[in-house]
Amino acid sequence: MNDMTHTPRTKPRVSATFDEYTLSEIRRAAATGIYDIRGAGAKRKVPHFDDLLFLGASMSRYPLEGYRERCDTSVVLGTRFAKKPIELKIPVTIAGMSFGSLSANAKEALGRGASTMGTSTTTGDGGMTNEERGHSKTLVYQYLPSRYGMNPDDLKRADAIEVVVGQGAKPGGGGMLLGQKITERVAAMRTLPVGIDQRSACRHPDWTGPDDLEIKIEELREITDWEKPIYVKVGAARPYYDTALAVKSGADVVVVDGMQGGTAATQEVFIENVGIPTIAAVHQAVKALQDLGMHRKVQLVVSGGIRNGADVAKALALGADAVAIGTAALVALGDNDPHYQAEYEALGTVAGAYDDWHEGRDPAGITTQDPELMKRLDPVAAGRRLANYLAVLTLECQTIARACGKSHVHNLEPEDLVALTIEAAAMANVPLAGTDWIPGRDGRF
Amino acid sequence: MKLSLTPAAAERAVDIDLASSALRELNAALHKLTPDTNETYWRIANPAGRHAIAAGLDVPVTVEIDGPVGYYCAGMNKQASVIVNGNAGVGVAENMMSGFVHVKGDASQSAGATAHGGLLVIDGNASARCGISMKGVDIVVKGSVGHMSAFMAQAGTLTVLGDAGEALGDSLYEAKLFVRGSVAGLGADCVEKEMRDEHRTLLAAKLDAAGILGEVDISEFRRYGSARSLYHFHIDNVSSY
Amino acid sequence: MCGIVGLFLKDPKLEPELGAMLAQMLDVMCDRGPDSAGFAVYGAGAPGFVKLTLRGPAGTDFAKIGAEIGHLVTPRDTHAVLSVPAAEEMAARTALARIAPDIRVVGAGARMELYKEVGLPADVARRFKLDAMSGTHAIGHTRMATESAVTTDGAHPFSTGPDQCLVHNGSLSNHAGVRRRLAREGVSVDTENDSEVAAAYLTYRMRSGDSLGEALTHSLDDLDGFYTFVVGTESGFGVLRDPIACKPAVMAETDGYVAFGSEYRALAGLPGIDSARVFEPEPAKVYFWDRAA
Repeated sequence: MNDMTHTPRTKPRVSATFDEYTLSEIRRAAATGIYDIRGAGAKRKVPHFDDLLFLGASMSRYPLEGYRERCDTSVVLGTRFAKKPIELKIPVTIAGMSFGSLSANAKEALGRGASTMGTSTTTGDGGMTNEERGHSKTLVYQYLPSRYGMNPDDLKRADAIEVVVGQGAKPGGGGMLLGQKITERVAAMRTLPVGIDQRSACRHPDWTGPDDLEIKIEELREITDWEKPIYVKVGAARPYYDTALAVKSGADVVVVDGMQGGTAATQEVFIENVGIPTIAAVHQAVKALQDLGMHRKVQLVVSGGIRNGADVAKALALGADAVAIGTAALVALGDNDPHYQAEYEALGTVAGAYDDWHEGRDPAGITTQDPELMKRLDPVAAGRRLANYLAVLTLECQTIARACGKSHVHNLEPEDLVALTIEAAAMANVPLAGTDWIPGRDGRF
Repeated sequence: MKLSLTPAAAERAVDIDLASSALRELNAALHKLTPDTNETYWRIANPAGRHAIAAGLDVPVTVEIDGPVGYYCAGMNKQASVIVNGNAGVGVAENMMSGFVHVKGDASQSAGATAHGGLLVIDGNASARCGISMKGVDIVVKGSVGHMSAFMAQAGTLTVLGDAGEALGDSLYEAKLFVRGSVAGLGADCVEKEMRDEHRTLLAAKLDAAGILGEVDISEFRRYGSARSLYHFHIDNVSSY
Repeated sequence: MCGIVGLFLKDPKLEPELGAMLAQMLDVMCDRGPDSAGFAVYGAGAPGFVKLTLRGPAGTDFAKIGAEIGHLVTPRDTHAVLSVPAAEEMAARTALARIAPDIRVVGAGARMELYKEVGLPADVARRFKLDAMSGTHAIGHTRMATESAVTTDGAHPFSTGPDQCLVHNGSLSNHAGVRRRLAREGVSVDTENDSEVAAAYLTYRMRSGDSLGEALTHSLDDLDGFYTFVVGTESGFGVLRDPIACKPAVMAETDGYVAFGSEYRALAGLPGIDSARVFEPEPAKVYFWDRAA
């Protein structure tokens, strides 16, 4: 063979656009004719808190000593109108997750962990269970379009009410709970036939828009004798206007959920393509509060992708009063634990990537209604893990706040932050590291 | 159920004039009532379209409101009887659990929305989305209902003596709909169903509760319910989603 | 990063000595703040008149400006005090802005005069002839700039209200947020300086009805970071340290005066210091003395 006759060939090239994941999704769609439904939040990479850094103290600022010098973490929610505001010991709360999407044991564990740390949990689309009321010292009751299980007795025994307009995983979308999880108990709580694929409305049945919401909030306050803080939760899409309108509607607290926020079951295309990243949402929401003179008067809770104390501190520095965690709390309970690797593989996935929460076959016993799987989650042990995790989030947040010389985590400011990328700088409205340049500073938001 | 009050009850009336009393005072006073209260009849003057009048009650008392009310009158009602001598705004008796709400005029949108129980009677017409997401309430409308009524209705009955608007019972679950007049159009997954004896008996009971049994001919009603084809997601139904 | 001095006289016989005593205190604080200096002196006031302290570029002909406006002007180097009937204050400010747009009003009040300039504090005090001034109380500051520029505008004291001024040693960690809050309340802060935010905060509280003591108490809740404040009002003098109290402070009290210094060196030359009660102000405790009381 003559070397000179060999023609070099280029290596096979996989398209960046039609990558392996995309190809597999096209084949799946072609085979089933159904869009892909899954749990969890956006998995694509978007500008995140990781793209922000703190400016610790040095010569011109003085840090606080760890452990000895006080760095408060308490947060009071609902100071605007409610007769009984909520006081949380830490600025991290548990986001709304329904009984139905989660097992009773998982809900109990969330209550135990949160109560140990002096913070609140939140119901979800499907009503309040006695277990979660009993195990949650402070419980926020969600008021959703479906009104599944909504009743005045639970409204009165809640500590706060969260009117849900939307969530970050699907701003503009309604809930879903597929038949595998509509067991007899879940069905009875939601007044639905057992085993059907439940669809929830995307709009509230008896109000639309902020002008009507103002009247709805008045009704909820009248029913509960103006005692309870009323939150309004929106998925991050137009947070400047949504926050301003929530304030004008009379909210005590605004909850803004970024696109990384999780869901129990939603179309993948919705999760990945609707809404804006959390760091972009916080700044707009804070700006709206400031423009109305209501920053710190109407409290802001931010959620969507919070994982560690740095994320907490960054959200607070951008102006949030507290954060809420969902996905991270489930992981703390034991979701996607490598311990169940073999079983995840049997489900066609791996520990860490399991997101078919809607199917109710969670090996960790969390996103399921299967009595056998549910037993795997010990609510006491899982509650302890959550409490530990919340403690770490708080300590980490305090560590950073002390390094920036703050005696309360709420005194963190945007001026304590810089961004690693131009995108993050523009979205969070903080300077690019090493410069005083804030891209887009002259914009309206 | 008797819809008129006995003279004795009327004599014991607590009179509240909303032209001079705050809504908050009225609702707070109603919320403080205990089940054994002697103040079982309240008469409210000058409601002037205010919102959330008599919302959140949980005692077997009667509240009669002389005039038109705004949004969410008798919202989340339990046990109480609330009578509106006039029109009602959006969401009258929304999420009612039990008791009785009687609107002697017309009701606006979303009457009886998400209500779990009790009886809502509307003498006039109800506009759009009457009985939306209803979860067990019985609603009787002597006039007609607007479009998208009984949208996603889960349980209970909606009885309409007049006509129904477009998209009746869209995405219906297990609620039962009875309409005497015409139906402008059925929503996705809502179909006309056979009227059997059990349904005639059920309808008669609801008309009786509303105090009009014998005033209308049951045989003139047609029954609508869920085709249950959306209960399990299937690609062939995709145009219905 | 800075040096603070303050003097509040209890004995009227000392009043002619106020400027000399303060100048000597300021002089020894040069090391702590070589960039700039300033002081406010609460001297004599004429009933019904307001004193506007003006600052202009070097060489400003203040006498000419005073003549044009029609009010008495007393020049001192780059500064001058314009004395106007209280009822004509706004008109005088408007006229000033028109006639001499590069002149700034750095302080206003019935009794307060406020001087500050870039340069070594001892030189600044000499330029303004501090040692010849008399009055009831005075505060002074020597500055080592941290995050804001070395300019006259960035020098202390900061005054944001009539007869009110503040000097600060330390570093506030939440001044950006407080600044935004004040802006919404209609209180503007001219410079990027964190200390001016503190001054504006106190002015805002007092405008809302707080006494000086109450305003200082509120600042413990609302101002974060490290600070020692010395503040002056028409009749009062106050001191506050943050709860951690890293920045130095020492005070001396005799029958004749109350004195404050960042270091004892600043107090060492005061009359009767050897028999004075010398103490360090407690953290998070509001101290104030008021002539009216």
